[in-house]
Formats: sequence, structure tokens, C-alpha cells
Amino acid sequence: MRALKFIALMILAAACAKDNSSNSTTSSSTSTSSGGVDLTGAGATFPYPIYSKWFSDYAAQSGVKINYQSIGSGGGIRQLSEQTVDFGASDSPMSDEEMGKAKGGPVLHIPTVLGADVVTYNLPGVTAPLKLTPEAIAGIFMGSIKKWNDNRIASLNTGVKLPGSDILVVHRSDGSGTTYIFTDYLSTAVPAWKTAVGKGKEVKWPVGIGAKGNEAVSGQVKQTPGAVGYVELAYAKQNNLPIAAVRNLAGQYVAASVPAVTAAAAGVAKSLPENTDYRLSIVNAPGAESYPISSFTWLLVYQHQKDATKGKKVVDFLNWALTEGEKTAPSLDYAPLPSEMAAKVKARVATIDFSGAK
Amino acid sequence: MTSLPAQWLDRDRRRLILEQSAIGDTVYGFLTAACALVVPALVVAIAVSIFAAAWPAFSKLGFSIVTSSDWDVAAGHFGAAPALFGTLVSSAIALIIATPLAIGVAIFLSEFSPSWLRQPVSFLVDLLAAIPSVVYGLWGIFVLIPLLREYVMPFFRDTLHLGATPLFSGPAYGPSMLAAGIILAIMALPYISAVSREVLMAVPRSQREAALALGATRWEMIRDAVVPYARSGIIGGIMLGLGRALGETMAVTMVIGNRPEISASLLAPGYTMASLIANEFSEATNDLHLSALMAVGAVLFVITLIVNAVARWLVWSVSRNRAR
Repeated sequence: MRALKFIALMILAAACAKDNSSNSTTSSSTSTSSGGVDLTGAGATFPYPIYSKWFSDYAAQSGVKINYQSIGSGGGIRQLSEQTVDFGASDSPMSDEEMGKAKGGPVLHIPTVLGADVVTYNLPGVTAPLKLTPEAIAGIFMGSIKKWNDNRIASLNTGVKLPGSDILVVHRSDGSGTTYIFTDYLSTAVPAWKTAVGKGKEVKWPVGIGAKGNEAVSGQVKQTPGAVGYVELAYAKQNNLPIAAVRNLAGQYVAASVPAVTAAAAGVAKSLPENTDYRLSIVNAPGAESYPISSFTWLLVYQHQKDATKGKKVVDFLNWALTEGEKTAPSLDYAPLPSEMAAKVKARVATIDFSGAK
Repeated sequence: MTSLPAQWLDRDRRRLILEQSAIGDTVYGFLTAACALVVPALVVAIAVSIFAAAWPAFSKLGFSIVTSSDWDVAAGHFGAAPALFGTLVSSAIALIIATPLAIGVAIFLSEFSPSWLRQPVSFLVDLLAAIPSVVYGLWGIFVLIPLLREYVMPFFRDTLHLGATPLFSGPAYGPSMLAAGIILAIMALPYISAVSREVLMAVPRSQREAALALGATRWEMIRDAVVPYARSGIIGGIMLGLGRALGETMAVTMVIGNRPEISASLLAPGYTMASLIANEFSEATNDLHLSALMAVGAVLFVITLIVNAVARWLVWSVSRNRAR
């Protein structure tokens, strides 16, 4: 009897443990009309820190409560398509196919802040920041550059004593916007990468080991001499990781920073067509100060809101975020939109109407 | 009020009690039956919904989901053979390590341990089951993997000169099938040892005394009289541990290296089905991708069913043999 009870307890414990790991995906069905919450959103995890700050700041100012679930861009797009949330959020733009499937009509992409990827490494004894070209980064992550003292790295870093050890590549194992930005950049800057690997939230990596999340990638890199990986700028800044300076389109080596990322958006903004839908990539942006591995992150809303009350609240929030919200972004290491672009995006927000009601 | 004869009252009260208890029995019977049926119904519902969601992938890709090794989301190739391989191999490593250890612990605690030691040791071993798997994962990253990389892997490869054999070939980065197997062994151990300990302690005293009376030494008594008596329970415990190992997600994902490749080397990174789903589900937007992940889940579900069926059969055949 005692044994039986024990087995039952153990099974219960196991069931609970399993629940924990799958919670993030199964608890995604939201009740849009739960008490006290005015708007619900779901999506990207990468901008979650700044979004949650925005939502709490905005609630304090306007009294509008927003419930956001950071379940990942894929989940955000799915839930927006099914109209179970009032807005979605994504680190990569929706494809035309995905836009076509959205049940509530045309979807607007509203860029909110910018993020960037940095290349971090573990080279004992190397103190000066490493300099890398897109070709060198592609070579390392494709496995064609195998040793740290390879001439393709050494020639960029004269005066730095590089070890002859093997390079261990660490990449993300989970689908993520971080990987999308990184592979989008390499596909844009290096033709060989585009044909061999391509871009996506998860790709087939030629070499290396996969780690789940920024923390696991940086943990793995920190522990393994000779390791190299890519993580988000905000994460790298807050953890003081060594980061490489990357050569941009103008030939300058730029270390990632909040102003350098905003500069990349400004570089692209100059050549922006008037009627853009903002589903655009800003990797490898022109401009001497631009950091090349940068990207927007987007909020996704329906152009034709079906509920006028909620629709107005969404519009009000977007306008607030693009004005007041942008100011607080650098405090959390997110780059704000260049001001002229924020003004243009607001004009796009103004095209939202409330005619979606059937 | 006219008073009724006392025996009438008594008779009525008895009948009332009888009828009441009959109603109680029926209600109670229905309630427990409902509880008993809800759970299997849930299992069936889960199976149906997983297979329904997985159907598009199965119909489009067929058996290549479990036979192909090419997992390339962008190209639309979904071959989860490396994950299937990794799930089976990492669980096998876990059982190879955990089973002897857990049974050793159980035998010590039930047969040899002084009584003052039994409670604290049992408690600590059981406590292993209560540690969240993400904590195991962190421990794996920060303690186990550096240890493996610095000492254990070089020892196997260079000191024992096993580097030439396929099992220990290739570079040793740390995150590997071996690391996953060890983590899973630690996680499965408390389940196996707790169940084994309880069934060993439930072996009747007469069984032990009979063996001793025949002149058996203590070791012979345990080997020939106690363990065989408890065998079916111990196998049940091992299968419980295996179930734990097959389904474990978080800790394995953190230490296995998440590389979808089949490699004979224990030092090479690998992948498991549970990790694959956990890694890719939240960002999967493409329908076929999502369905392929569901298909991987369905395969994992079937494997778990098979494991449970085999466990049942083992327990049944062992207990039948004993009865003869």
C-alpha cells in the first residue's frame, strides 16, 4: 500500500514537472475579456522587457491595462490570425502567405524599437575587441574557418595574438528572432551564405552546437575557451560580454551600441519609399556609423479594427509608444526609432479605421 | 403523540440505515467510475488531437519523418531520425547508469542500513525527484559539462586510448549525448530507487528467515530470496524511470548540444524529440513545420505507449514465472 501511494505520488510529481515545461505553449489561449484587462497581446519574447515597461508606464498614465504574453513570434502571429488577441508582436515580418491567412483582413506592421545581434567570443589572453568582416563571420559559422589563427581572421587583427585553437561555434537551437537577424544579415552580406545556409528563425547549421536562449549561448561561450556565438545586444550589454566590432557597408569597424543601431535605421530611412509597409530588413545598412546586424521588431495590428472601443485604445497606445515609449527604450538597451521615421510610422498608425465590424 | 412499540421503531431505523447505505453505495460507485473513466478519456482525447494535428505531415512526408536525417525548416525537409535516435540512446545511457546504482541504494537501505541512517538517506535520494528539471540543466551547464570536458572526456579518450573507437571519437566540447545520459540518470535514479526500496521492504520476513534457515549467507539470501520476490516491482520502477527519461525536455535541451545528427560517439552533441519540439514549437509559423513537430510528438507518444506496454508485459511474465 505504501509503495502504491509512493508510486502515485511520483507519477503526480512527474506530471507536474512535465506541465512546467509545456506551460509556455499550452497556456496560450487567452480570454480577451478577463476582468480588469483592456487589451491583450501576444508574441515576441525579444522585446518583452521594453514592452512590459511600456505597458506598466502606460497603465499608470492612462489607466489602460494591457496583458501581453511573450509566447514567441510564431504564437503571436497565429493568435493574431485567429483574432484571439488584439495585437501581435513579431521579430520577423509576416510572409505574404501568413498575411493572406489572417482572418481579420490586412495586417499593419508597426516597427517599435530596434534590436541587434552581437558576436561574442571566448579567447583567453585577447583583450582588444576582435575585428571581423562579414566574410570572416560567415566563414566561422559555416565551418570553413576552423582555427582562430586562420589568416582570414588574423589579417583583420594585426597586433593581436590569436591562439591556434579550434573554433567552437555555438548557435541558438530554438527558433528565434535573434537567429533570423543573424542569418538575414549573413545572407545579405555574403552570397556564399545565402546559397549554403539561407535565412530563417531556425536554419540547418553546418557546424557547432545548439543552445536554447541567449543565456545558454552566452553560458556555453563563457565556459569554453575558443567558443564563439551570437546573442542580442541588450543581453550582451547587461552581462558585459566581449563583443566583436563588425565591418559595415562603409568599411568601418563598428562595435554594437544603441546609437549605432539607430544609425542603421536612419541610414535605411533615407531611401525608404513613401508607401512602405515597413516589412523591411535593415541589415547591412549604409552609413559610416551604422551597426550592420540590426533589425526592427514589430507590433502587428489589423488595419480594420472590428471593435471601435478596443481599436481606439490600440491606436492611442501605439501613438504613445512611438512618442513617449521611444524615450525609455535606451534605458533597457533597445535602440529607439530615428525620430523622422517615428513620425512616418505614426502617419501609418493613423490609417487604422474601425470598419472591421460585420 | 401516541407512542409506537419500541421494536417498530428499531425495525424502521434499521431499514432506513440499510436503504441509505444502498443509495450511498450507488452514488459512490458512480462517482468513482466517473473518475476512473475521465482519465482514460483524456488520454484518448490527447492521442486523437495529436494525431489529427500531425496528419498533414504524415500524409505529406510519410515515414521520412522517422527515417530521414535531414531537418531543414527553410527547405521544408523534416526528418527527425536523429532526434528519435537521441531520445532512445540518451534514455538507454541513463538506465545503464541509474539502474545498478538505484538498486544498490535500495538494497542497502532495505537490508544493510542501520535504522538511524535509513530515513535521512531515503529522504535525500527522494529529494532528487523534487528538484526542478531546469535546475538540473543549469547544474549540467555549469558543473557537469566543465567536469566532463576537462577531466572525464580526456580520460576516456587519451588516458584509456579509446579515442580511436567510434564511441569516444571526435572533439570533446562538453555538451554531448554522454552529458544528457548522465543528467537523465540522476533524474531517473530516485524513481527507480524509491520504488525498489519500497518493494524490497515489503518482502515478508518469513521469506528472509526461510532462506537464512536453509543456511544461506546474507548475500545469498538477498540474491536468491529477496530480490527475486521483488523483481516485478523493481522492473516497474525501472520502467517508471525510463518513462521519466524519455519525456524529459528542459534539462536535456540544456546539455545535449541540440545537433540533429546521428553520431556513434558519446562525446558528440545530439538531439532528442522532446528537445526538438520544445526548441521549435513557439516560433513555428509554417503549417507543415507545425504539423511535423506534432508528428514528432505523436511518435514520442507511441514510443511511450510501447515502453509502458513492454513494462506491463515484463511485470506480468515475471510474476507468472514466480507463481509457478
